[in-house]
Amino acid sequence: MNLLSIDALTVDRGTARILDRVSLDVARGETVALVGESGAGKSTIATAIMRLLGDARISGSIALADAGDLLALREPDMVRLRGRRLSMIFQDAGAALNPAYTVGAQLVSAVRRNLGLGKRDAHARAVELMTQVGINDPEARLSAYPHQLSGGMQQRVMVAIALAADPDLLLADEPTSALDVTIQAQIVRLILAQTRARGAACIFVLHDLALASQACDSVVVLYAGQVVESGPVRDVLDNARHPYTRQLKSCVLEIGRDDLVAPEGTVPSHEDMPAGCRFATRCPRAQDRCWADAPPLETARGSHRFACWNPE
Amino acid sequence: MPTPPRPVFELKDVEKVFQVRKPGQRFGRKTVGLRALDGVRLSVEQGASLALVGESGSGKSTLLRVLLGLDAPTDGQARYRGRPIRAVRDEGADFARDVAMVYQDARGSLNPRMTVGALIAEPLRRFAVVPAPEIGARVATLLTRVGLPADAAGRYPAALSGGQVRRVAIARALASDPSVLVADEAVSGLDVSTQAQLLTLLRRLQQDMGLTLVFITHDLGVASFLCEQIAIMYLGRIVETGPTDAVLTSPAHPYTAALRDAAPKFFEPIAEPLPGEIPSPLDLPSGCRFSGRCPRVQPDCHARDPHLARSRTRSVTRSVACLHPLAPVDGAGPVAPANPGPAPEQTRPD
Repeated sequence: MNLLSIDALTVDRGTARILDRVSLDVARGETVALVGESGAGKSTIATAIMRLLGDARISGSIALADAGDLLALREPDMVRLRGRRLSMIFQDAGAALNPAYTVGAQLVSAVRRNLGLGKRDAHARAVELMTQVGINDPEARLSAYPHQLSGGMQQRVMVAIALAADPDLLLADEPTSALDVTIQAQIVRLILAQTRARGAACIFVLHDLALASQACDSVVVLYAGQVVESGPVRDVLDNARHPYTRQLKSCVLEIGRDDLVAPEGTVPSHEDMPAGCRFATRCPRAQDRCWADAPPLETARGSHRFACWNPE
Repeated sequence: MPTPPRPVFELKDVEKVFQVRKPGQRFGRKTVGLRALDGVRLSVEQGASLALVGESGSGKSTLLRVLLGLDAPTDGQARYRGRPIRAVRDEGADFARDVAMVYQDARGSLNPRMTVGALIAEPLRRFAVVPAPEIGARVATLLTRVGLPADAAGRYPAALSGGQVRRVAIARALASDPSVLVADEAVSGLDVSTQAQLLTLLRRLQQDMGLTLVFITHDLGVASFLCEQIAIMYLGRIVETGPTDAVLTSPAHPYTAALRDAAPKFFEPIAEPLPGEIPSPLDLPSGCRFSGRCPRVQPDCHARDPHLARSRTRSVTRSVACLHPLAPVDGAGPVAPANPGPAPEQTRPD
C-alpha cells in the first residue's frame, strides 16, 4: 500500500483553477520530484498535503496510510499529523524561522511538542539532531538567533526541526534554490541521507530537472496545474513521451552546451486556458484534436504515464 | 603601426576595503577593515564576453560597483579605456551612456508608475540619442529587438511577467546604444524556458551589436553558454581565469573543479560537496584562503598565499592562484615548497 495517494486533487482560487485533477502516489521511503515552471502547481500540491491552502476550494482526496483522507480530517486531527507524520521545509529558511527566538528554542519546542519529551530530554535530542544535520558545536549554535547563521546553516536547522519527530513524509519546497551551489549539494545530500536513515518518503519540489534526476526515484511533471507525465525518473527524463517534458529538459544548460533552442511563448494565463490540451499553445507537435479535447493520462510502460494525443 | 586598442576595463591590483563595526561589540565605534576585493587583476577587451562567477561573499558585486565607478578602489587602479573609471564617470554622461547595466532585481530597477514606453524613452531623452519626434519609433524598435510586442509600451511593469520585466530592463540598457553591457544575475530565478529565451536573446544581441559583455552569474552552464572568458572569484580574489571552455574542461584551481562538480548533471550521483562554508572575510585562514575547504590541500598551502599567475600557452591566456594546480598551466605549475619559483607574482609577502 502506498504511503500517500492523491486522487483527482483539484484546487480553485477565485475563478482560477490552480490544480486540475492531479493524481499521484508516493510509496514508503520513496523520493518523488515535482517539476515544472512557476504557476504549474508544484508548491500548491505540497501545501495542499499539509492542508495549509487557506480559503481555496479543494476537491478530490489525499489519502495518507493509517490516517485516511486528509481533506476529510478535522483540524485538530490534522494538527496532530503536522510535524509528526508530515513535515515541510521551505525555500527561504530565513523567513520560515522565527527571528525573535533562538534556533534552540524553536528546535526544542518542536521536539517537545511532537515527541512529548521533558525539557532536559528535549535539549539532549535537539543536540543530537543538530549533530545529525552536520552542525558543528551544536550546544553553541542552539543559542544563536537565525540571523546569526548562514543560509546553509538555517536550512540545516529547518531540516532538523522537520525531521525531529521522524515523520513518514517530508515535503521539501525548493529547499536549495536560495543557496550557493556548493551548499546546495550539501543540503540535498543531507536531506536524502536523513530521510533514508529514517525510512521516510520525500517529495521534492524542484525546478532543476538535472537535480531531480540525481536525487529522486520518480518524477511528476506538471504544466499549468495538470500532471502531463509521471513515472520512474529514468523513464520520464530519459525517454520522455510528452513534448513538454522534452522541451523542459532541452532548456537545462549543462556545462559546455553551446546549442540552445528557446521555446516560444509562455504558460497561458488562467483566463486564456485552452479547452483541449493546455500545452497546445506552445507545443511543436500540436494537432487539431489537441485544441479540442484534453488528453487523458495513459500508461506507457509500468508506472510511466503521460497525457498527450501525439506523443514522442 | 597603430597602437593596439586599450582594454575597455583594466583592473590592476584593485583593493576595496570597507570599514565595518568590529564583530562582537554592539555599541562601540571601533571598526575593522573588511577586504571585499584583494588584489584583483582583470582585463576586458573590446567585444569580449566575460563571466564573473562566484558564490555569495566572493566579491562579485563589489567588483561590479568598481567597474561602474560607483565605488572607488581603496588601492590599485581601475581604468576604463585607459583612464581612471572614477574620473571618467565624473566628467559627464558619456560613461553612463557607453556602459549600460542590467540589475539583478529587474522589477525593482523599474519605476512602477511609469509605462514601459516611458521607461525606455527616458534614457533616449536623457542622452539625446534621437531627436524628440523619433523617440516613439525608437522605443518600438527596441521593444522588437528584445522580443516584446509593440503594445507592451503602454503597460506598467506590474502587468508584466518576470521574463518580460527582464526584457524591458535589457531594452532600457540598450537604449543609449552602449558598447558595454554589464549584467548582474540577469537570468537567475527564472524558469528554464524563460531563461533560455533571454540567453539566446543576449547572445544574439552581443553578436549583432558587438557588445562587450560582463556577466555576473553563479551558474556555470549560463557562463559557458554566453561568455568566451571566465573569472572565478573566491573571497575577494580571482582564483582562476581564462577561456571558459578551457577552464571548465580542465579546471586548474580546485575551487573551480568543485564548482563544476557541484552543478547538477543528469543521472550522475551528486558529487561529494566541499566541506564547510565560505569563511568570513574578517577571519581569513592563513596562507591560501581556500585551504580550509580544499580537497587537495598540502602543508605549504597553510603557509603561503598564492597569487594569480598569468601565463600564455599557445596564445591562450590562463591564470590560476594555486600552489598545486590540477591542470598544468604555464608558469603556475607545482612549485616545490622549498623553492618559491621564478614567477614574481606567484607569491607576494603580505
